[in-house]
Order: sequence, then C-alpha cells, then structure tokens
Amino acid sequence: MSTDSIAPGRAGVGTGAGARESTAGGTGLGKYEVVIGLEVHAQLATRSKIFSGSSAAFGAEPNAATDPVCLGLPGTLPVLNRAAVLAAVKLGLAVGSHIRQTCRFTRKHYFYPDLPKGFQISQFDEPICEGGTVRFRLHGEARSVRLVRIHLEEDAGKNLHAAAGASFVDYNRAGVPLCEIVSEPDVRSAEEASEYVRALRTLVRYLGICDGNMEEGSMRCDANVSLRLRGAERLGTKAELKNMNSFKNVRDAIEHEVRRQAALLDRGERVIQETRLWDAARGLSVAMRSKEHAHDYRYFPEPDLPPLVVSDAYLADVRASMPEIPEARYARYTALAALSPQDASVLCAEREIADYFDATVRAGAAPKKAANWVINEVLARVDDARLLGEAGVKVAPTALAELIALVDAGTLSGKLGKDVFLRMWAEGRTARDIVAAEGLAQVSDTDAIRAAGERVLAAHPDELRRYRAGERKLMGFFVGAVMKEMGGKANPKGANEVLKLLLEG
Amino acid sequence: MASAASSSTTSASTLPEVRGASIATLAEGVRAGRWKARDLTEAYLDRVARLDGALGTYLLVDGERARRRASAIDAARVEGRPLGPLAGVPIALKDIFITRDIETTCASKILRGFHPPYESTPSQRLADAGTVMLGKLNMDEFAMGSSNENSSRGTVKNPWSLAHVPGGSSGGSAAAVAASLCAGALGTDTGGSIRQPAALCGVVGIKPTYGRVSRHGVVAFASSLDHPGPFGRTVDDVATLLEVIAGPDPMDATSIPTPVGRYREAVRAGSQAGIAGVRVGVPAEYFGAGMDAEVESAVRAAIAEVERAGANVVPVSLPNTKYAIATYYLICTAEASSNLARYDGVRFGYRTPDAHSLEELYTRTRGEGFGWEPKRRIMLGTYVLRAGYYEAYYGKALKARRLLADDFAAAFARCDVMLTPTSPIPAFRFGEKTADPLQMYLADVMTVAANLAGIPALSQCCGFTRAGLPIGLQVMGPPLGEEAVFRVAGAYEARTDWHRRLPEDPRASGGVA
Repeated sequence: MSTDSIAPGRAGVGTGAGARESTAGGTGLGKYEVVIGLEVHAQLATRSKIFSGSSAAFGAEPNAATDPVCLGLPGTLPVLNRAAVLAAVKLGLAVGSHIRQTCRFTRKHYFYPDLPKGFQISQFDEPICEGGTVRFRLHGEARSVRLVRIHLEEDAGKNLHAAAGASFVDYNRAGVPLCEIVSEPDVRSAEEASEYVRALRTLVRYLGICDGNMEEGSMRCDANVSLRLRGAERLGTKAELKNMNSFKNVRDAIEHEVRRQAALLDRGERVIQETRLWDAARGLSVAMRSKEHAHDYRYFPEPDLPPLVVSDAYLADVRASMPEIPEARYARYTALAALSPQDASVLCAEREIADYFDATVRAGAAPKKAANWVINEVLARVDDARLLGEAGVKVAPTALAELIALVDAGTLSGKLGKDVFLRMWAEGRTARDIVAAEGLAQVSDTDAIRAAGERVLAAHPDELRRYRAGERKLMGFFVGAVMKEMGGKANPKGANEVLKLLLEG
Repeated sequence: MASAASSSTTSASTLPEVRGASIATLAEGVRAGRWKARDLTEAYLDRVARLDGALGTYLLVDGERARRRASAIDAARVEGRPLGPLAGVPIALKDIFITRDIETTCASKILRGFHPPYESTPSQRLADAGTVMLGKLNMDEFAMGSSNENSSRGTVKNPWSLAHVPGGSSGGSAAAVAASLCAGALGTDTGGSIRQPAALCGVVGIKPTYGRVSRHGVVAFASSLDHPGPFGRTVDDVATLLEVIAGPDPMDATSIPTPVGRYREAVRAGSQAGIAGVRVGVPAEYFGAGMDAEVESAVRAAIAEVERAGANVVPVSLPNTKYAIATYYLICTAEASSNLARYDGVRFGYRTPDAHSLEELYTRTRGEGFGWEPKRRIMLGTYVLRAGYYEAYYGKALKARRLLADDFAAAFARCDVMLTPTSPIPAFRFGEKTADPLQMYLADVMTVAANLAGIPALSQCCGFTRAGLPIGLQVMGPPLGEEAVFRVAGAYEARTDWHRRLPEDPRASGGVA
C-alpha cells in the first residue's frame, strides 16, 4: 500500500503502486488515494437486436427500427440473438474471463418512458463472463485492470425533449445488445481511466464486436470514484459519474470529481453516495439521484428465456476463430520485430493497421522499414484507419512491399520512392509500372553522373571558384544541380562521390 | 338437397343443429359441401346476437370479418383450392390472445383501444387451419380470478344457471362453448383458468404441457405458469384443436421442440379399444376436507367407471400438495408484478387524461386503468421481490415448486395418468366469494399444482349436482403425456353421456345488452 512518503512534495494525486501522477493538480490532493471502478457499456455490432428481429443499426428515422418485441407490446417474448452471445464470449476470451457454462438472464425493474417493458433484461447473479484482466500501457508502463464480470443486456430507447415541454421517445435503440464490462476498483487516476477505456475500445474494435464510437453512444462509460487517505484500507464513499461521451470527458469528469471530493473531505464534510451527470459544456457534474431514492430493482430470473448453455465445443470453435488481440501484437512487434514502443503502439491502435503492417511484412518488407512506411506515408493519407481493411485500399500491402524492395535495391532513392508512393496512392498503379513507364530508375552509373557533373561545373564557374577557395558548403548546391540535371534520378551517394572527385580535381 | 350453386338463404336449410354440434361434424360438412362456411358463421352469429345478452361471454363480435372470411372459404372450395383441416369452423378467443387490428383488452380498462399490430401464434395457427374467428371472449381481468367477476366489462353467467359464476379466468370461453355460441375456443390456464371454468360449465378443456403451445402473442400474467389451451364440447374436439395450435415456435424460447403427438388417435384408441392395463393414479391429497359431497361422489363414480373400462386404479401420494397454493401465489404475483409493469400509459392502451408529471402519468394511469385484483397482485408481487426478501419468498417458492414437480415425477413412476376433481366445489353464486379473496384463491387448490409442475391436465364433465350444475373430472398426465390423458378421457367419455347434455338456451334478451 502506498503512503504519503512515496512521493514527497508532489502536488499531483498519487496513483498507488506506480506512484504516477494524475493531472488533477491542486495542493493537498496528494494525501488521498484515488480509487476508480469503471462500468463500460459496449453496443454490440449485431445486425438485429438482442431479443428480436428489427435492425440494431444506428441512424434510422425515429422508431423505424422497432418491432412488437422491442416495443414491449403485450404478448411478446424475447428470443436470444446468438450473435450477441458470440460477441460476449469473444470479449470474455480476449480478456481471459471465465466463461460460464450456464448463465441466465434477469429482469431489472424500474419505470422510465424509454424502458418499454418496465424492466430491462440483463444478467445479475449468473453473468456470461466472470473475472478477466484488461492490459494496457500508461506512459509506456504496463498496467492491468481486473474485471469483475462482463454481462449481456438490452439497451433502452432514448427520450427526446422538445420545446414547450413536449417529450418524445425513440425506441430504435431499445433492445440493441450491450455488453456491460464491470472493472474492479483498480484504476488510480483519471488518465488511467481514460486509457483503460481506450484499451477496451481498441479491443472491441479488434474483435469486430463494437464500433467503439463514444460520441454516438455505442460505447458508454460510468465511473465510480472515491477517495481515501493513503494507507487506508477501507474504501471511501463513492459517487457514480455518468454521461461521459468521449475519452476527454472521462478524464475531465473524473479529475473534476477528484477535486470535488478532496475539497469536501478537506473541509471535514462527507461525500454523499449519489449519481452525478457530467456536463461537458460547463465542465462540472450535477447530482442526479442519491442513494436514498435508489431503485429497488426487484431482480428475478427472466422466465421467458431458458438458461443459456455454452458448450465446450462452442467455446473451442470461438477460441479458434479469435484474432490476435492488441496486447499480443504489441508484444510481438516490440520483441520479435524490435520496433520502438511508440511505433508498435501506433500500429496496434487498430486491427486494420496491424493487419496491413503484417501483410506488408509477409510480402517481404523488413519490419522496421515497413513500420516507417506505414506510419509516415500510409496512415498520413487515411482519415479512418479502418479503411485499410477494405479491399479498395489505394496501395495494397503487397504493392507497398514491392516499393520498399525497389528502394532497398537502390533502384529508387528514398525521395523518389516517396514520390512513387504518392503516384501509387493517386493512380492505383504498382511501383514497377510507374518506374518502368516514367524511366524513374535511379542512375548509379558513374560515367553518366560524371558527365552531368562536368556539365554542371562548366555552367557554374563562379561557384566552382568559390568552392575551391574553401566555401565547402557549396557542395550541397552542386549535388542539387546534378540531381536536377539528371531529373532526380541520380543515386545521391554516387553523385556526392563523383562531385567530390571533380571538385577536388 | 340444395346444390352447391344455391344461395346462402336456401342452403341454410341444410345446416345441422349447431347447438351442441361437434367440431369434427362441422368441418366435415364444409369440406363435403353439405353446408357453407358462411351459413355456419351466420348461424353462430345469430345465436350470439340472440343469446349472449343474457350470458355476456363476448367482449367483441367481429361479424363483418367473420362473414368475409367464411365467404372466402366457400369461394376457395368452389374453386377447388385446398382447405384447412378446420375450414369454416366458427371459433372464438379469450381476449388475452393478441389479434392483429382487432382490439385486445384482457378485459382491462388499461388496454382499451389497443389494436395490436401482430397476431398470436395459437390464433394464427387456428386461422391457418381455416377456422372462422367470431370474436373475443370475456375473462377475469388479466386472467386473474376464478369466477369471471374480475372483468372490467361485466360478468359472464353460467349457462347452466344464470345465478352462478362460470368459473375463471377463462369464463367467457367455457360459457360460450357450453352455450354453443362458438364451436370451440381458446383460453389460458395459469392456475386452473381453463380447467376450472370447463368443469363449472360442463365442457372439456385442456392445459397442455408447459411449452407445448406457444405463448407468443398471449398476454402474460405469470410467464412460467401461463398455458394456452383449447375448449371444446367433447374430448375429440379439444384434441383436434390442440393438434392445430401445439408445436414448436421460434418466437417462444420456452416452446418445446418435440413433434406434436397424435391426440385424436389417442382419443379414438381410448373410446374404441378401451384402456385395459392403463394405470390410473388417485392421489389421496386431492380428496381431503373442504370438498363438496356431490363432487366427491361424482368423481369417485368416474374413477369406478374408468376401472370398469379396464384401467388399474392405484393409490398414489403427492405429499407436498399442501404447499401448492402458497407457492403458486408467491410465484404468480411476483411474475405478474413484473409483466404488468409495461402498462404505463406511454405507448398503448389507457392513459390518464390529467397527468402533470411523469410520476403522475404512471400512478394515475395505473391507478385508474387496473382493477382491484391486478392491483392486489402487483402489490403482493412487488412485496415478494423486494430487495433482501427474494430468498425468503421467491427463492423458497422455487424450491417448493421443485418439490411439487418431484412429487409428480415419483407418482407418475407408478401410474400413467391421475384422476382428481377439477374443483372441490361446483359453480358458486355471484358475490359468494368476492368478499374474501383468500377463499377465492383456495378454489384453485386442485389445479395449481399442474401449472407449477408444467404437466398436462384436462377437465371433462363427470356428472351434475342435484341443482343441475356440472361437475368436473381432472385427468393429469406426466410431461408431454397428452396422449395418455386423451386416451383415458376418450375412454371415459365413450362410456358416459354427460357431454351430450346441453344447457337450455337462455331466454332471448332481444338483442345484445
């Protein structure tokens, strides 16, 4: 357990074992340890809803993507969508959860207009996944956050409030499948919380089970935040933060909450257990409901759904179809391919980037060179890295590998290589095509370079005199002139050597 | 004999007496062209118009749609297109079955004006078989009751005595079939709601195995106990309807994948070949104190008749029967409180006209929309499920339910079916039990255990009291043991003529009241 003495004099909020600092700032915070547990809801990217047949896609006209079941009409019954189960099992396997062989669904009751049945079908005492660990890096340091559980549930609709007090409800979202990912209170700073959520987002996108779009609400995060004196065993009273719909919001809201609670505790006041809504525009949170008015959810097993049985054979099939997860790739890239942590992080950020990189290496490119090309050239030219996974990508990994090979062989200079890449990107032609058609192959022929050099010297007698008088920095001018004379195709190293001989001569 | 081309007015003379007609007879006549579906429909609609004012079985008569449908069946027959096995048979549905574009209310104010956009699986299957749906039948509100006195739309009278209740909650279905206001009907049975009114009205009704008939489109009262099932005048009628509505349904995750049995064949086997060697269990716990003497003697006589038909009668025991009522009312109220949460005035049905806040919208809509019995059960169920008490109530009830199912499993190791009374008492008078809800709940003592165990159970008539009220015999079978139940019921019916007795038509009331 960390104590005050670990980071003497530091103003930031300490972060436990790693003694990292939060950016929360403010004097006096250092005596508190921040304890954060996160509940992340990931909307699963299934075609239809979790218990019925209407579309689960985002963006339809209000109430167009509904059916009697998701509207909770009398007489309707839920039927479980197996695609949602598959998504939860994949996520559970990816984080090393125990996948329950038998789990069941539970009704969670409360009244709200966006909740059609007056209860949400969720999982309570028998979630599909138990335990597990999410691993990620914070400032290059390995972090891990343990999970309590991952469970399946249905989303609610959305209340829309118009002017003049009128309210409407859009049930398109009602019944969209969700995975709720509940962490242990292992997170120790706002920044770590935001990185944890980012790691989850990367993971669900790798698995192809959620698009991770926080702004559209396909990934949502609630945080339970409490403070305790460093060294204290007992957890402090927590507040639950909601409505943080971006990574920045997660960080800002938690930092604000840490300061708010620290100020309360410093004044000798108590933190009230309550739910607080983050208002990003105003940069503060507002109390929503306190525990005294907490719902009694009256959980009981959903009688309309038989227990869900996950067989060993099914688990084995899913396991065999799992993609390599981000942390495994990161380890492979840094260890086997000897990439820098920064490069490996960039390449692992999206599955499509890593797949593109791997394909380039498989096509023969050296990993480090492939990494440079992918990061500096390819990624610079795509708005959404996930487009790299599509068949229509402008420069396919094999084409990039061919270009890298031409540069490696000296056929193209690095500068020419980049020009050729731009042409490939614009025109969709291969490097070989462009080189052959335009005669772009680099000239390493010493005689041709010498002839060009002699022409350049003859054309610039003044500069030649100044060089010979000792103005050596003119070397660059002559090299440039030779390159220009040869249409950029001269091997720069060869040009340097030949010019040196001519000039000294 | 009228030709096929004759008009409906002249062909009406070829109609059979629809009062007391069996489904098989009616369907066969339509198929053979002896009468028209349209005339059959007119005959039943005429009876409904003349007699139902006195009985109150229908909440909604959809004559126009029924006539259109019957005419379409006649046209199909003339054109040689295939007809369903029950083409032209006029049926009616308890108003708990969801019917597309036809108001479905569960006899509750809170569902007034609800015109569903979809059709229930059982009613769809009946329609696919060619039946003509005449209308929606009265019931206890949300199927909560044993006398049909809990309807928000008026009581149903027992056709055998207008001063007596028809039973409930499917009182409208039982009474309509008894009075020949439809040839067959569907009901639901959560704690006896098919069998008890069948017994009190002297008709046949079966609650099949849980999951045998889809609950898709059947408004939920208590999901794990709700069983849709048919009513008919005879065991064969009920077997016929069950064959049509039973079977797996992708829209109900609790429906059973096993293929449907041959129920009519089982009835025929029982009535023709007898039941030699069939082991008939008689559970001692179902013949205890509180039973009406006339009921007991009629049921004992029925057991003796079954024995004469060749069955071996064996005493069996269901020792946990005493926990059945308590267990049932814990589970059914818990599930009801949950299932009835959706009636909030937001999306369909009744909404209070004067709510000034969301809280008021909920409390006023529900306060004004629900009758007393749903309110009572919502409150009981909410209490049962509240935080910290789950194990003490619902959890314990689930354990008791397991014990009751184990009782049946052990007893059915020693017998093929069991015979008991359906109701310890015959039909009672209006108002006789409404003052004391607990007395009303105890009327379910013979029936609830079969719902808790999910086993098939049928009620058929086995006699009448001196006052002329029917008495019901209950035939229970093991899970998916419908064929054994039908075989024994068919054998008993073939040896008796209780089912041939018909109540007198009530005096015509001069149109629908």
